[in-house]
Amino acid sequence: MTTRTPPLTEQLKRGLDAPICLTWELTYACNLDCLHCLSASGRRDPNELSTEECLAVIDELNRLQVFYVNIGGGEPMIRRDFHTIVDHAIANHVGVKFSTNGTFLDKEAAKRFASMDMLDIQISLDGFDAGTNDALRGEGSWAAARQAMDNLAAADFGEFKISIVATRHNVSQLDDYKKMADDYGAQLRLTRLRPSGRGVDSYQDLRLSHQQQRDVYHWIMDRPDVLTGDSFFHLNALGESLPGLNMCGAGRIVCLIDPVGDVYACPFVIHDEFKAGNVRDAGGFTGVWQNSERFLELREPESGGACASCGSFDACGGGCMASKFFTGLPLDGPDPDCVWGHADDALAAVDGSAIPRMTSDHSKPGARTDASVPVLLTTKRP
Amino acid sequence: MSSLASDQAWTLSSSIGLRPEPFGALAYHFESRRLVFLKTKDLVDLVRSLADHPTLDDALDAAGLDGRRRTSHLTALASLADAGVIELRSPIPAEATP
Repeated sequence: MTTRTPPLTEQLKRGLDAPICLTWELTYACNLDCLHCLSASGRRDPNELSTEECLAVIDELNRLQVFYVNIGGGEPMIRRDFHTIVDHAIANHVGVKFSTNGTFLDKEAAKRFASMDMLDIQISLDGFDAGTNDALRGEGSWAAARQAMDNLAAADFGEFKISIVATRHNVSQLDDYKKMADDYGAQLRLTRLRPSGRGVDSYQDLRLSHQQQRDVYHWIMDRPDVLTGDSFFHLNALGESLPGLNMCGAGRIVCLIDPVGDVYACPFVIHDEFKAGNVRDAGGFTGVWQNSERFLELREPESGGACASCGSFDACGGGCMASKFFTGLPLDGPDPDCVWGHADDALAAVDGSAIPRMTSDHSKPGARTDASVPVLLTTKRP
Repeated sequence: MSSLASDQAWTLSSSIGLRPEPFGALAYHFESRRLVFLKTKDLVDLVRSLADHPTLDDALDAAGLDGRRRTSHLTALASLADAGVIELRSPIPAEATP
């Protein structure tokens, strides 16, 4: 009949001619100072892509038929040309999902967004109550996010998303979150915490315990309407696979464009080791995606390394590359959050000074590295 | 999963972006924001041809799909219909055709 073709995920691991979607951090500027910020944002980079350069990137994504971009930052709404960029993307059939802390999503902005098609909004909230959230994201950030949600609901935006990073301190609140999302007519999105950006410092304090990971796995399994961005595939070792592709898409089907145009394998590996090029290079984004040596390497067949002899390797694929890298673990070994604890000994033995530091830190001077230092939310654009 | 009315006229939804890939195609629904994989080129060709035929059965006949292949393609089409990738279209009255 037909020749036998390898399973879809095997084909996707070899990479596509264009990403399915990509994350685009529009600015490193942010009014918040979250402990786990994966892009270590705070200060605007003076070399940020100009409006014209951003519009040209969108034209390229349109030619590549990239269906949508996940816009983030920093706080993307801080950019004064934010609406220009979003409008241009949508006019050119590149859908937009953007993540915001909500501070600048006032009634007027909510009305504007509600009138647009192909636009999806994610409000970040990392605690059901202000205390839990603000310890991580800064004082006043809970109120700002809730106000933004109220504004979207009042403007009849429809189904926006509430995005939570699962931490040791908020996983007990998942049912409350779900109810909040349901009450708003919103969708809940739960994302795995990574030790990226400022998360390198906060990871050990915030990461889930092995028991909490098991609880999260079953909680997600029981609620197929909760989105996870495919971020918990390392938990598949626990049994039946979670919904989604369940593979690391870094440099294969997804990537990151940072505010200065650097292209990285994924949003969680802002480090020279995973930098493939820059959209300002001669071949543009397309050239970087299709020809960069770094990305071509990531599309090569992977070796299981220390995981090859584990019965769960087919299910979890060894976990998340970024999480291993920023905890100082070998990339072909177990994930630091391996559900069987196979990384526990190696993790305890890692020399802290050998843990890679992000090569592009935009934290504000004196940014917090632990939750004991309170920070006030500023509502002025930096 | 719904069963398909194969005696009706179907079409690729106008809300869908379809991107050819070595394995078949990626379909993205710009309203529901769902991403769907069309895992064979035959299925992609069939989906693209739907609008050219008065009924789904005619499209299957034209593609030479019978027996088990017809059944498996009907199953795939039913899941595409559930995802909003394909939808029923109203037949174009003969007199409206220029």
